Amino acid sequence: MQVSMRVKRYDPELKENKSWWQGYKLGIHANATILDALIKIREEVDGSLALRCACRASICGSCGMRVNGRARLVCKTRLEEIIQKDGELNIEPLANHSVIRDLVVSVDSFFSKIKEITPYLTPKSEPVTGEFIASNESMENLLKSMNCIMCGVCVSDCTVLEVDKKFIGPAALAKAWRFVEDPRDDEKSQRISYLNDTEGGIWDCTRCMQCVEVCPKDVAPMDRIMEMRETAIRLGHKNSPGYRHSETFYRSVKKHGRLDETLLAISSAGWTNIPRLIDLIPIGFKALIRGKLPPIIPHKAEKKEAIKNIYVKVEKEDE
Amino acid sequence: MKYAFFPGCVARGGTPELYDSATIVMERLQIETIELSTASCTGAGVLQEKNEKMGDILNVRTLALAEKLELPILVICSTCQGVISQANFRVQKDRKYLEEINGYLKDEGLEYKGTTKVKHLLWVIIEDIGIKKLKESFKTELKDVNFAPFYGCYIVRPSEVLEFTDNPGRENSLEQLIGAVGANVTKYSGRTACCGFPILFINQENSLKMVSNHTGSAKDSGADAIVTPCPLCHLNLDGYQPKARRKNRGDNADIPIIHVPQLVGLAMGIPETQLGLQKHVVSTKNFISSVTQKK
Repeated sequence: MQVSMRVKRYDPELKENKSWWQGYKLGIHANATILDALIKIREEVDGSLALRCACRASICGSCGMRVNGRARLVCKTRLEEIIQKDGELNIEPLANHSVIRDLVVSVDSFFSKIKEITPYLTPKSEPVTGEFIASNESMENLLKSMNCIMCGVCVSDCTVLEVDKKFIGPAALAKAWRFVEDPRDDEKSQRISYLNDTEGGIWDCTRCMQCVEVCPKDVAPMDRIMEMRETAIRLGHKNSPGYRHSETFYRSVKKHGRLDETLLAISSAGWTNIPRLIDLIPIGFKALIRGKLPPIIPHKAEKKEAIKNIYVKVEKEDE
Repeated sequence: MKYAFFPGCVARGGTPELYDSATIVMERLQIETIELSTASCTGAGVLQEKNEKMGDILNVRTLALAEKLELPILVICSTCQGVISQANFRVQKDRKYLEEINGYLKDEGLEYKGTTKVKHLLWVIIEDIGIKKLKESFKTELKDVNFAPFYGCYIVRPSEVLEFTDNPGRENSLEQLIGAVGANVTKYSGRTACCGFPILFINQENSLKMVSNHTGSAKDSGADAIVTPCPLCHLNLDGYQPKARRKNRGDNADIPIIHVPQLVGLAMGIPETQLGLQKHVVSTKNFISSVTQKK
């Protein structure tokens, strides 16, 4: 088949116009992957095109790129499928990474985040029998995150990293979860404390599910982050606005069966956090004059007692 | 066409104009509904941070209430769509878990078998009513008006949970709707991005940067308004647009955020006050006059 595609080029040695879109046309077989096409361009059309790849079988994690605005492993993505779906083919380097040349990005920031979460086991003592024994179930559980091949695809499309470089990000947080959950590690509580307290930690994820959608290995980093939030709450970390937000929501549904939006806004800010409370006044005022201030007395579900009974049952079991 | 209607908390709280406009539009489209008045809030993924199982129990309860009526659930909120669908997906995949959850519903005489479908009004319009019949209800064409579609997160991700493979039209449902009213779609970076609402009370700085980026980029793309199927996106993009734009772009809030049923209602020729367009924080005056001029 004949294919037209556009590639985002970048040459650091140029004085100006360092970045531009370049169009290519080539003939290639219908089952080709996008990586096949890029290699063909490099070998037969334009030897100056820089790209990174190794295994060509979605194991090494080197060929993460953006295809029509969405990060993918290009060795795992069939060309024809994308063209049929989107009608065009635009290849860019991963976002949220600095570009070295063309489609090659620097992995420095990626690995500095991985290092930040202490990516190794920290047992307090030597194993009694010469090795640490862990159950099959506990290891199977860890597979969710251990399947990560560190391709940077989730980091590329993370909507928080786009606005805040301090965020630890989906890949490193999924890696952190792996050590929090490992029965051989003795610093679960210190790990959770760090992830709960630090700027850019677990509470900064906006739950947009981009990482869940784009991960080529089904690691679902966001689900791992949510599990760590639940763990943080269970371990008694009640100092974060994220905790107050979740707790207020939980109690509001218990009490009314529905969400009390006014209480949620005030309580998440913190009842004693005067600057944050003052901050709510202008938006409350605007809503008021537009006739849409959330009700002071919240709506209630009919038969809300049935909902409360469920809460009572679940909470009793958790005790 | 009959549905079990689940309006969600925000459509009756922070964005009452969504509930009102949806009610009018559904009536015009002869969509019959029974409101699930005993259903609880979905938890919006926030309650689930404290206790995911509790969230699943509450949402399976809602699914069971609709199943008892033998009706699919109709929602008007993307977040409700996503969160109920996620619970549905988990119990449909794992019968043992479903059994466990059903254990908590016994006292009410409820048992979920796993058959309920959940559909946003946007999908109901595209899939069940169809563009052709929808157009028959229109009185006017919104010609030469430019809309930037803003899906938000929960109605597009995870696509597996939302059954995109079986329903490929869901991927561009907003574009189809904008096309149906005779208007143009603009290309910009915010289309399926996050509005920032979930972290508004946790990291406001980041949340406002998102609002500013998306509304700014929509404006730069030549859009007259953003249209969204999610009231939470509306709350952030509309309510916090003035502050976000002032702080991050040094300009003013200038792009109205229109709910899906408001867009349909305008094409039906329903007066803007009935659609609650005067209730937005970012003024819709210029937008409405451009709609009327271009008619």
